[in-house]
Amino acid sequence: MKKLLAASLLALSASVAGNAFAEPIKIGMITTLSGGGAGLGIDARDGFMLAIEQSGNKEVDVVIEDDAQKPELAVQIADKMIQSDKVDLMTGIIWSNLAMAVVPSATAQDVIYLSVNAGPSALAGAGCSPSYFNVAYQNDNFHEAMGEAANKDYKKTFIMAPNYPAGKDSLTGFKRFYKGELAGEVYTKLGQTDYAAEIAQIRASGADSVFIFLPGGMGIAFTKQYAQSGVGLPLLGPAFSFSQDVLPAIGDAALGVKNTASWAYDLDNEANKAFVEGFKEAYGRLPSVYAAQGYDTANLILSAAEKASVKDKDAFRAALKEADFDSVRGKFSFNTNNHPIQDFYVREVVKDGDTLTNKIVATAFTDHKDAYAAECKM
Amino acid sequence: MSLTLLIEQILNGLQFGVMLFLMAAGLTLIFGVMGLINLAHGSLFMVGAFACATVAAATGSFWLGLVASLAAAAAAGALVEILVIRRLYERDHLDQVLATFALILIFSEGTRWVFGSFPLYLDIPQLLSGAVHLPGGAQYPIYRLAVIGVGIAVAIGLYLLIGKTRLGMRIRAGESDREMIGALGIDIGTLYTLVFALGAALAGLAGAMVGALQSVQVGMGEPVLILAFVVIVIGGIGSIKGALVGSILVGLTETLGRFLLPHVFGLFMPNSEAATVGAALASMLIYIVMALILAFRPQGLFAANA
Amino acid sequence: MTRETTISIVIVAGLLAAAFIAQAMGETFYITLATRMAILGLAATGLNIALGLGGLVSFGHAAFFGIGGYAAGILATHAFNSEPLLLGLPGTNQMIVIWIAGAIAAGLVAVLIGLISLRTSGVYFIMITLAFAQMIYYFAISWPAYGGEDGLSIYVRNTFPGTNTLAPMSFFLICFGLLVIGLVFFALIRDSRFGAALQAGRQNDTRLAAVGIGPFRVRLVAFVISAMMTALAGALFADLNRFVSPSMFSWHMSGELIVLIIIGGVGRLAGPLAGAIVYVLFEFALGGITEHWQFFLGLILLAVVLFARGGVMGLLAGRARHG
Repeated sequence: MKKLLAASLLALSASVAGNAFAEPIKIGMITTLSGGGAGLGIDARDGFMLAIEQSGNKEVDVVIEDDAQKPELAVQIADKMIQSDKVDLMTGIIWSNLAMAVVPSATAQDVIYLSVNAGPSALAGAGCSPSYFNVAYQNDNFHEAMGEAANKDYKKTFIMAPNYPAGKDSLTGFKRFYKGELAGEVYTKLGQTDYAAEIAQIRASGADSVFIFLPGGMGIAFTKQYAQSGVGLPLLGPAFSFSQDVLPAIGDAALGVKNTASWAYDLDNEANKAFVEGFKEAYGRLPSVYAAQGYDTANLILSAAEKASVKDKDAFRAALKEADFDSVRGKFSFNTNNHPIQDFYVREVVKDGDTLTNKIVATAFTDHKDAYAAECKM
Repeated sequence: MSLTLLIEQILNGLQFGVMLFLMAAGLTLIFGVMGLINLAHGSLFMVGAFACATVAAATGSFWLGLVASLAAAAAAGALVEILVIRRLYERDHLDQVLATFALILIFSEGTRWVFGSFPLYLDIPQLLSGAVHLPGGAQYPIYRLAVIGVGIAVAIGLYLLIGKTRLGMRIRAGESDREMIGALGIDIGTLYTLVFALGAALAGLAGAMVGALQSVQVGMGEPVLILAFVVIVIGGIGSIKGALVGSILVGLTETLGRFLLPHVFGLFMPNSEAATVGAALASMLIYIVMALILAFRPQGLFAANA
Repeated sequence: MTRETTISIVIVAGLLAAAFIAQAMGETFYITLATRMAILGLAATGLNIALGLGGLVSFGHAAFFGIGGYAAGILATHAFNSEPLLLGLPGTNQMIVIWIAGAIAAGLVAVLIGLISLRTSGVYFIMITLAFAQMIYYFAISWPAYGGEDGLSIYVRNTFPGTNTLAPMSFFLICFGLLVIGLVFFALIRDSRFGAALQAGRQNDTRLAAVGIGPFRVRLVAFVISAMMTALAGALFADLNRFVSPSMFSWHMSGELIVLIIIGGVGRLAGPLAGAIVYVLFEFALGGITEHWQFFLGLILLAVVLFARGGVMGLLAGRARHG
């Protein structure tokens, strides 16, 4: 805590502090803090709170509650935050299915929602809303980036994802940009932890590379088993399975894996340096992409608060849309559907001393937009 | 699809089944002897994995971790039995379900409290890394063969323990007639604690071995628990033999189902669609098999006390 | 009036009063919380017919809860998009039609599940009902037409003649009304000849057969009625959340329904409702205090099983008539 205080004091003296509308902002954060998926929520929360601390803005009040990764509970908490706590803004949800449960009804009640992670296609296309801002990505983006990047080196990729909407979006996203041939397309059971059968298929498929989207424990399990199997084909994937929160658990098996994201800790800009240093100092670990997205979300809110009153929803929405903040991702702006226009990078898992982490090796997309913006009418 | 691939998949199914057997054996033993439904058996699986990962990280030795997993799971099992479970033997299944459901919450959240929210690292031992060549040109990881070996060893060990030893005689006595073991002058309390700790140790062993293949994280025991229940219900509750047959059956169905079904559907629909439909059906397959078996044999394949 | 009836009426009236007090204080959220209690209470009352009266420990009632929920979600989506559903039939946003559709769908599924499951008993019954619920769960996750794991949003709450269902109090009163009907229905069944047969069968098959009633048929009817009531609650739950997802089918949900009954008192008239009130309050209060609330919830549940046998109703109204 002392460290945190010191860091925020430092940031305070450095930043041009000033809130034109020095009035309280109440933010409701619903995120996953218990159960198997808690690591992601904790990172998003810590990133978010770090930005608030660093800003030194005392007018921001964040109410944080745990959704335990259950949609019904998330809805109940959202009702409480809107009806009882009377929050101005909401944020924090990690999972698409929880976002689908909370976001449409929150925005229907004129609450502004900012996504720190989930970006289901339904909310980017026909279901978009002027009160919904996605500060992370549209779900397809990381996969699209890998599809594009794979064109350079590979001709015959084996692709695999769990059999649920995000899994299908993933493979669709990959195929949207990948021009090579598919050595196989496999859907696994959600939550599956033994991949021996799939690895045998990969070995027999004659592929020259393997693309997987297996978030959380599934990715850890697959990557370890894949390395143990000795198949040895290059492994590709979105950042979710190779992010800082899971890398220590995978261990050296992840070395050399290529993965795509909109952020990496070595991204060279001032905001990112302040973020990575501040995060390490405050929490004693390296930040993940979820922490970076949480950090950016908080800074976006703070930037809008300097321009407009949160009580004037229209003005505040307009201020958010300008995205006038220093993103840790460098360039960042909103498309017509309030989803990001940003660059996507290919990262490689490397060892930095004893710590496994990701290093940027290439740029997959510059100023990339999602595929659904045209369907959004607002 | 080649024959070697099929053989490899059958081995995979066997290995998965053997892993399930380690879980199911403890579960069915506990049910057979004490008449207890233990939903928290998956938590003991998790305890084993966490103990192994922690000790392996501290000492650098997977083998010490394996020993720790047995000890930790057995200790946790004995503790839970003494504090909670022994008050439930006389209760109906309903109370047992609720109490052990509560234990899941306590174990999961307690583990997260102690170990944090991020998955732990655990790798297979150097000695068992690599693969062997099978006839026909296929390769198979040594570690997975070792898992099959451990499972067979445990099955034989349990058979000998129950069939040939004094403890086994008492366990059998407990299964058939609870009053009688009291009359024989056996301390039932200690016997029950022992059986529970034995079941827990098997779950912990499974957790440690599987933890090296998968991810060591909170909640890892729940999917396995449900499958283990499917296994013992198919096999006949209380029957070790049933648990073995049920495990292999479920392991093979699960593995071959998700491998073959997409191919089958691929014969008459586009690949991408076949992959989806096949995977959907594969994830339901073992439950369909279970319902079918129970429809014709309501007591499972090898009913113990029917 | 027996002591149990009096206490049941007090609990039901207490829930109603709580909602009105919340309304008077302008605390809309507490009305939502009371609505949630009423809905979960109704769902568990449905399960209580099978579990409490018939001794059928169904570990798969989430299947019916979810079917009710999806009936609401699917019909509302088709109405919202003006797409015909099946055979040119339109969707609807009329709650009454949705309730009937949901209950019938769940009833049909319950007949199928019951025909197979009721051949087994004891632990086998617990596990086979779980297996059927898991089947439906995985189907719902991987079936893309209605959102799969992402679930299905109901953008506008379905309508009920003569009220604005979006007003929290009106929606609470609808749910509360159905809860009361459900409780009365439970009491009628319990005290009927059919109920007597069902409860007799819980203790002894031969006793039931001796009075010339086939235990299988009695149980099947009870199982189906139980499923339909839980499905009705599921449809309300979907409207409360304005959202349905496969997690309504998950085994945790089945477990929670059982937990509600045990906390409240197995086979007791107001048991499930009392359980729902206590459970929702704990979940809400603990969640606000600590990140590790599930740990303490576990401890409390454990304490209830070990030390408070008979649940809330056991404490308040003494032991049940049937042990």
